[in-house]
Amino acid sequence: MIERDYDIVIIGSGAGGGTVAQELAPLCREGVRIAVLEKGPRFRDEEFTGREVEMAQALYEDGGGFLTADGSMTLAMGCGYGGSTIVYTGTSLLATRRVIERWGVPGLDFVDIERRSQKFMEQNNVHFLERELINDNNQLFVDGCRRLGYRVEQFPINVKGCLGSSLCNLGCPNQAKQGTNRVQLPQAERAGVEVVTRCEVVRLERQVVKARIHPAPPGGKGEPAPWEPGDYRIRAKVVIVCAGAVNSPALLLRSRLPAALPRLGHGFTCHPALILVGEHPGAITNFVGHPKSYYLDQFVESDGFVLETCMYFPFTTAKSLSGFGDPHESLMRAFPRLQMILVLACDHVEARNRVTTDLRGRPIVHYTFTPAVRRALAQGSLASARIFFAAGARRVHLPAARNPVVEAAAADRLEQFIDEDLFRPGSVTVSAAHLQGGCGMGLTARDSVTDSYGRVHGVPWLFVADASLFPDSIEINPYLTIMALADRVAQRIRQDARNLLN
Amino acid sequence: MAAQHTASTLTPLEPVFRAVVRTVVPNSAGLDERGWRELEALVNESLLGRPKTLRRRLRLFVRLVQWLPVFRYALTFTSLDNRRRTAFLTSLQRSRIRLVRVGFWGLRTLAFLGYYGRIGAAEAIGYRPDPRGWQAER
Repeated sequence: MIERDYDIVIIGSGAGGGTVAQELAPLCREGVRIAVLEKGPRFRDEEFTGREVEMAQALYEDGGGFLTADGSMTLAMGCGYGGSTIVYTGTSLLATRRVIERWGVPGLDFVDIERRSQKFMEQNNVHFLERELINDNNQLFVDGCRRLGYRVEQFPINVKGCLGSSLCNLGCPNQAKQGTNRVQLPQAERAGVEVVTRCEVVRLERQVVKARIHPAPPGGKGEPAPWEPGDYRIRAKVVIVCAGAVNSPALLLRSRLPAALPRLGHGFTCHPALILVGEHPGAITNFVGHPKSYYLDQFVESDGFVLETCMYFPFTTAKSLSGFGDPHESLMRAFPRLQMILVLACDHVEARNRVTTDLRGRPIVHYTFTPAVRRALAQGSLASARIFFAAGARRVHLPAARNPVVEAAAADRLEQFIDEDLFRPGSVTVSAAHLQGGCGMGLTARDSVTDSYGRVHGVPWLFVADASLFPDSIEINPYLTIMALADRVAQRIRQDARNLLN
Repeated sequence: MAAQHTASTLTPLEPVFRAVVRTVVPNSAGLDERGWRELEALVNESLLGRPKTLRRRLRLFVRLVQWLPVFRYALTFTSLDNRRRTAFLTSLQRSRIRLVRVGFWGLRTLAFLGYYGRIGAAEAIGYRPDPRGWQAER
């Protein structure tokens, strides 16, 4: 066991870890030693090839196929220098006042989240994409929504020099997205923070991090770890867990923490999502241009869903379409004519939806679709189908229909096709990338895991700074809110540095 | 190392897996031996880091796919014609038993991964992204 000493150890380098690293980095000038431990590797710019399976294997945990316990859903978690910010589309939305107030976390208010989010919007070059860079796939969504009287809105995105490769979810080959791998982590490293990649944290003990450095596999992507492969015992005065809504609660669950935390792992939400496609008579620009430029959230309060434009890759599209054989293949052959919409259900905290660990300490995510989620996915599918047809699609694929391909002639009786009972494990491909909760903020250990500044109840040296802090669903793309919360955590640590670090 | 894993995961069941892929993706009938090897390498690569229990369950499920049709058709899956293979896999997809549905969903996903994960297949359906994006398009 190799021993190392730091003042502050940050576990994870995504929106949470990268932000905390940057915000604490000025302490390095005062001699504070800070390390970021990242499970995945640091990728070289030229390794982002855009090849679907190759990049998914490299950038996502379990190649993007992490399954919930009953097999009802796959969860996408980025893994590498930058965490999930390597694979997001850079859509940058502010949390709404309604959601932050509904969370009801004592000490956390909307104005504070808004102010901090705006700081990172400026830092990450958030802006609206220019009109001439909007592709047909996005424009058709706008056209369809407007014909139906829907209030479509444009996503602000955080790109710089975007060429429109459409490959955001496979890691930008042009390094245009301003994720923590491009902005916050390099800034932190310049100020003296060490980033240790290929470092898997096994468990925490009292102010000790047990970790394992993995060797780079022969022929695999990514740089070797900066430390020799082996087992490490890393002492730290402060530990900040930023491993995401699945791995953060799992790490705390398998660690020997000197506190009872009955809410640990509870409150998991994830915006379960369906990919829908509509086929147009002629080719459209879909796999060129930024894939996610518009959204529709006017139904979030009434029906619990949000629609977003999207563009996925052949394998992801194939598995998202229901069925198999000739009908399936005929849609796949129409790829250059396909418009795509992502339906996101805004799920809420349920007692049975939670993260636990198996006997070896690996995370297990228990998730059951509630009637409200099934209804939201069904209603979102119907709204999407209406948009496709209003935009001129000749047929639409509805995954939760007995006969999933609906021709334009049947556009006026779409309700007849949807069967909510099909939202069951093994029938419809549902996936989620907005993983939240598990270490929720609150007042005491009875109702939460941390306080509103991410400090774990009863463990003064331990903080959490990622989406696992969310006490309920955020109902939008979460990264800016994660950064805002991580900024609060860093502020608290800076304020208490004298006590925490001495 | 990948080759050893290939041998232990799917090789003993290769004829059944190929028959499933031909039913799920009819275009795969046009693959030559090199194409099949490429498809199977992608599938095995994706299984490489997955838990042993999952790989064991996959092998068990593929065996079930081979032998369950005996009760209905008195023939194994690989001996069925295309129409019956499709009918049998549809029955798995619609099964009332969750484990059967999830098992088929997993097998179907692997078939799509192997087939559409190949660059040749992606190009054949007209998917040709370019990292240069609009610059390459215009």
